[in-house]
Amino acid sequence: MRRLLLVLLCLGPLVAGAAIDLQEFDTPAQEARYHALIDELRCPKCLNTNLSGSDSPISADLRRTVARMVREGRSDEEIRSYLLERYGDFILYRPRVTPATWLLWFGPAVLLLVGAVVIVLMVRRQRRAAGAADLSPEEAERLARLRAATDASRS
Amino acid sequence: MRRLALLLPLLLFVAIAFMLWRGFSLEDPHKLPSALIDRPLPAFSLPTLERPDVPVTKADLTGRPFLLNVWATWCPTCRAEHSELERIAAEHAVPIFGVNYKDDPAEAVRWLARYGDPYVLSVIDADGSFGIDLGVYGAPETFVVDAGGVIRYKRVGAVDRRVWEEEIAPVLRELGMEFDDLPAGAG
Amino acid sequence: MIPELGHFALILALVLATLLAVLPMAGVYAGRAVWMRSGGSLAAGLFTFLLLSYGCLTWSFLADDFSVAYVANNSNALLPWYYKFSAVWGAHEGSFLLWTLVMGVWTLAMAVFSRSLPLDLLARVLSVQGLLTVGFVLFLLLTSNPFERLLPFPAGEGADLNPQLQDFGLIVHPPMLYTGYVGFSVAFSFAVAALLSGRLDAAWARWSRPWTNVAWAFLTLGIALGSWWAYYELGWGGWWFWDAVENASFMPWLVGTALIHSLAVTEKRGVFKSWTVLLAIAAFSLSLLGAFIVRSGVLTSVHAFAVDPERGMFILVFLLLVVGGSLALYAVRAPVMRADARYAGLSREVLLLVNNVLLVVSTAAVLLGTLYPLLYEAITGGDKISVGPPYFNAVFVPLMVLLLLAMAPGPLARWKRTGAAELVRGLAAVAVASVALGLVLPLVLSGALAFWPVVAITLALWVVLALVRDSWSRVANKRGAGARLRALSGLGAGYLGMWLAHAGVAVTVVGIALTTAWSTERDVRLEPGQSVELGALSFRFDGVAPVRGPNYVADEGTVTVFRDGEPLTVLRPQKRRYLARQMVMTEAAIDAGLFRDVYVALGEPLGNDAWAVRVHHKPFVRWVWLGGVLMMIGGLVAAGDKRYRKLAARARVREASRAPGGAAPASAPASPARESA
Repeated sequence: MRRLLLVLLCLGPLVAGAAIDLQEFDTPAQEARYHALIDELRCPKCLNTNLSGSDSPISADLRRTVARMVREGRSDEEIRSYLLERYGDFILYRPRVTPATWLLWFGPAVLLLVGAVVIVLMVRRQRRAAGAADLSPEEAERLARLRAATDASRS
Repeated sequence: MRRLALLLPLLLFVAIAFMLWRGFSLEDPHKLPSALIDRPLPAFSLPTLERPDVPVTKADLTGRPFLLNVWATWCPTCRAEHSELERIAAEHAVPIFGVNYKDDPAEAVRWLARYGDPYVLSVIDADGSFGIDLGVYGAPETFVVDAGGVIRYKRVGAVDRRVWEEEIAPVLRELGMEFDDLPAGAG
Repeated sequence: MIPELGHFALILALVLATLLAVLPMAGVYAGRAVWMRSGGSLAAGLFTFLLLSYGCLTWSFLADDFSVAYVANNSNALLPWYYKFSAVWGAHEGSFLLWTLVMGVWTLAMAVFSRSLPLDLLARVLSVQGLLTVGFVLFLLLTSNPFERLLPFPAGEGADLNPQLQDFGLIVHPPMLYTGYVGFSVAFSFAVAALLSGRLDAAWARWSRPWTNVAWAFLTLGIALGSWWAYYELGWGGWWFWDAVENASFMPWLVGTALIHSLAVTEKRGVFKSWTVLLAIAAFSLSLLGAFIVRSGVLTSVHAFAVDPERGMFILVFLLLVVGGSLALYAVRAPVMRADARYAGLSREVLLLVNNVLLVVSTAAVLLGTLYPLLYEAITGGDKISVGPPYFNAVFVPLMVLLLLAMAPGPLARWKRTGAAELVRGLAAVAVASVALGLVLPLVLSGALAFWPVVAITLALWVVLALVRDSWSRVANKRGAGARLRALSGLGAGYLGMWLAHAGVAVTVVGIALTTAWSTERDVRLEPGQSVELGALSFRFDGVAPVRGPNYVADEGTVTVFRDGEPLTVLRPQKRRYLARQMVMTEAAIDAGLFRDVYVALGEPLGNDAWAVRVHHKPFVRWVWLGGVLMMIGGLVAAGDKRYRKLAARARVREASRAPGGAAPASAPASPARESA
């Protein structure tokens, strides 16, 4: 029930779709920064939408706040930390790099490294085995086929 | 050794499954984080519904623990929790301050006259900027602020009897308030 | 009466699925050919009752039977008939019934088209399919019965289908997506059957390949359709958000792509068997995980069905049994890798291995990002985190760059060993040409040099020109255009499919990079007669008029678009209010083109007849999905390769010469080194 309430709260007036509001900026650079920011900030009460894709009232307020701070000449970092203090890490679609997110940020790179090492090891083992057996590729092929056939009939 | 490596996928899957189980059986995925807990109430200077010409500041509120309730006339859930706020105001000594959030002040005054006014005063946050300072998601929300002006608890959504008894009252007790032997109507 | 019939048919389907799960498998162990042969007719019966059940639900929708709770919640008498038809899969219960029906279709297709399989293998495969179907039907009957009645107080009128779903996208996207998801069950069942029988050989890989290709093709199309739908329906011009549910469909796709390539190596060269089996298990497991994510509400997503812990628990237990069971079987039965065939450090085998590592690391990154909010809560004791597009782009894009780099030498390399000098000779010109064109084309198209357009066009050309170079080298020794064309067509459907799919990847990459880099948009307030400029385009707002649809009323704006002063098109974006749910929807108007979309959405009225209007110019956005379509066609073409049917026929002959039910050790005939993968 509480969940339902929250969902209803989030939707507010039942509107879905583009959030179109008009912000004035002094320079195109400011406007570009504004759009980049609202693309990377999460609507705190919606299911999973950024500020630019949400029509909820809180998103409109936050967009206005971001626009105001951009116009006031605050840096992206200042704007992010202002919202971070109030709404928590939840509002940032780009998680901060902290010990609790090391796995997230560096996991894929480590895994890629592991994959590369595995490939190198496999190739080297192949080469060693090939050297030891001293068979031509055709002979090795035939041996492999014979082995497979024996395996299959054994099982 | 090679055989053991074949076990890895199974182990990995079990770990993921455990996390999923924990994820959906223990946590409410829609529960909202509360970043301002244990941080000072943001400063403000805002007019009130009661006296639109005299701004109120943070210093006027602090000095003892109090509740800060974000409400609006356009918010049906605020209407739903209103009787509980009235009860708290009538039966307990804790003051309740209102933040009239993105609302029409005249409408808000009529609303309070019609349904009762549990608030010591309600500051007017017409454009919602104090709301953003408070990290508000919408209305209603209720904060417990201690005597030093530090936010100790935050409730997103309606306050009802259960929330009062199980969540808000214990926080206030921790802050040194007593409830049981207080005369009715002390708030 | 009809809903009860549907419910009853579903119960009968459960009985048949149980029989299918038990009888053929028992036949293998008891040595009873009759039991083993029962799989075909049981699969046919299972399909029939699932279809009957599904038909009953569809009938309830078309007949506006609002005494059925699911119909009352998701339909309305005013809904056009085609949306009533597709509303069947508009919410959880019915969409899972569709999922189960698709499972029945795949199972029947296997029974029909796999007659040439060794009987015991087919029996095992069909039993595994039956076992999975038991789980699906039980899930429907126990937690998600779509036939539940609202008696004795039926609803007078339906609550209507969610307006966002009242769209052509709903008609096509879920069926394609589910066909893909569920299609991976075939590769899964083959893998489990092979593990059970211990016959994990090249023949197994050959049987699995066409099925996997077809499933992958449907999944590709399903994802592309979903992206296209989100693009025009949500009204903000985005086509991919790395949402949990999008990721849930993307992960099986990535692993499925790895599987297609790994199956090629296993079939042709008999290596990486354990790895291929693992991928086959993983592709379907990730499909099931996707179903769990969507249907349990464990992760917040824009697309998720309602939160329901009971359903989540059921799927989790099902996951544990199916995925845990198959992985345990894998740990016990998978063959320990042995160097059966030789390959050098530079060979097609190793390049395909590189492809697999990159795709699997990509999948792991997506999985990590998708589940990290849960993990983070566990680590920090309840703190919330969001992992969104900035993370996924940062991790995914470098991996894709590496993958595209490897895609050019891949098809050129020979099995076993490729000379480095030979590869360099083959690719040097390609490299020079793609870098040169990669620098020139963005300059010509946009008048400026930006990093990602240059990188994307260079890499796309690198992939495509290498394919062209490869095809040329295969026919260069023929004399005359006719002979060359004949030689080209002689390369086979498998080669053509690979060509199309790889070209599709290149097209999608170009689309993604260029539309991301070059899209422009403006939000403006316009009064009738006023215009807004966007590059060479000018949009004149001609006002708003009310219009009426079958179940909504709308404000329809008229926007005339000019290019360099010449009228280009008239767009009519709408703001609809659906009557039953009183829900407001923006309906963007799009002028689509191969090289650019012009996109207009209507915002709020601002008084004085003025409206907030958003205009977009989106170059090359169609290429994102066009590439997907090419990939799908490639997958289907490759699956239709004559080779599979020829081999099937050969296997039939071989099988006929053996005792029925006996083991048939089929070792791969050694294939010519340059045959396509």
